Amino acid sequence: MSQPQSGQQRGGEGRHRNKVAASCTEALAGLNDGARIMVGGFGLCGNAEGLIDAVAGSGFRDLTIISNNAGNMGKGLAIWLRAGIVSKVICTYIGNNEDLHRMMAAGQVEVEIMPQGTFVERMRAAGAGIPAFYTPTGVGTVVAQGKEVREFDGRKYVLERALSGDFALIRARRGDRFGNLRFWRTARNFSPIMATAAHTTIAEVEELVDLGAMDPHDVHLPGLFVHRVVEVREHEDPFEYRVVRPRPENQPS
Amino acid sequence: MPFSRQDIAQRAAREIPPGSIVNLGIGLPTLVADYVPPEHEVWFHSENGLLGMGPFPYEGDEDPQLINAGKQTVTVVPGGSFFDSAQSFTMIRGGHIDVALLGAMQVSQRGDLANWSVPGGKTLGIGGAMDLANGCRRVIVLMTHVSKQGEAKLLQECTYPLTAVGVVNRVITDLAVLDITEKGFKLVECAPGVSPEQVRETTGADVQR
Repeated sequence: MSQPQSGQQRGGEGRHRNKVAASCTEALAGLNDGARIMVGGFGLCGNAEGLIDAVAGSGFRDLTIISNNAGNMGKGLAIWLRAGIVSKVICTYIGNNEDLHRMMAAGQVEVEIMPQGTFVERMRAAGAGIPAFYTPTGVGTVVAQGKEVREFDGRKYVLERALSGDFALIRARRGDRFGNLRFWRTARNFSPIMATAAHTTIAEVEELVDLGAMDPHDVHLPGLFVHRVVEVREHEDPFEYRVVRPRPENQPS
Repeated sequence: MPFSRQDIAQRAAREIPPGSIVNLGIGLPTLVADYVPPEHEVWFHSENGLLGMGPFPYEGDEDPQLINAGKQTVTVVPGGSFFDSAQSFTMIRGGHIDVALLGAMQVSQRGDLANWSVPGGKTLGIGGAMDLANGCRRVIVLMTHVSKQGEAKLLQECTYPLTAVGVVNRVITDLAVLDITEKGFKLVECAPGVSPEQVRETTGADVQR
């Protein structure tokens, strides 16, 4: 799926009508075995938890995960790994994800690792209609093996290709029925970029608001990048590494 | 007496000019923030999408959606901002970050950096390491001078998979501070009680004075 298709359906309705789904399962209509699925989040921060659970329960398998990480501590995308529905992971960092380490070692899952800046730029390029780009990152390392390296103004760069997906599953703090989204703190990370690079982008919002309820200045991602919206009010939002300082007695909360 | 981990962090903090943008790698470099005086107005960048990272939160203030690149809960200082990953790596790759303080397994005399993979070991991943090493204006490595097995980590050539080629400007270890120059490693200073001879003996390449 190299390019998002035109939304215009002659004689019918454009694909930006009736985007709101009643449930996560309904929002995932069209999902199929072998789908390439982008999932927003930096580790467990900013995961579309409702959609991740719904995919795990869908029965579809042989999925490719395109995400910075592939879950951790049995949570997030580790749910898919444990369900045995993943054949490939495209990511930048595995860390202490024991499920993925075990499945990699057993040859059950193919893993492709790349630099994080290259990962996000490949998706940005796909969403912006750019098939490839040169980056200094990875020159002289295994990342550049088998790729074109070219010199510009005395510095070497490696050619990287755009990266697109069939679906993007993202999470936002607030959204309206057109799909305008507003994110929260560092939960934004890859989500707005993935939204541009997938054929079908599904946004899980904590609060679905009326058109016009968000000031246009405050929209982080315009609704044309979003094809389906589902409201999920409750999330676990697990801590991956909870680190705190004791509060001094003269510092009230 | 060689530098402790805290001493290395304190020494590294002196490398950060007031009013600069700094990215701290995972591990030892994260300790450096504690030694940068607030009046220096240094802005800490975290590649998951945060500029103006503050210290760990007080108990009860932690938010699982406000984390650093090590996925630890953090805070944001007044004047801080959030952004997406593409903009974050525009900052990194585009040369807008003044200083990166990174951990390492090996550094070569030409400034090659190896800090993401050990042959035969468990691969944790690349994350932002390759972009930070290539994109930040000044790259300073913080590490022990030799490995736990006593092997040199400052070498003529790295033997581990490379992160980036010719990018390291300065190395701060428990024994010494060294610059990477066109002639290789150059000794800037020794830790208290450590002799230049001791630094030479534990370095796997020539050390210029």
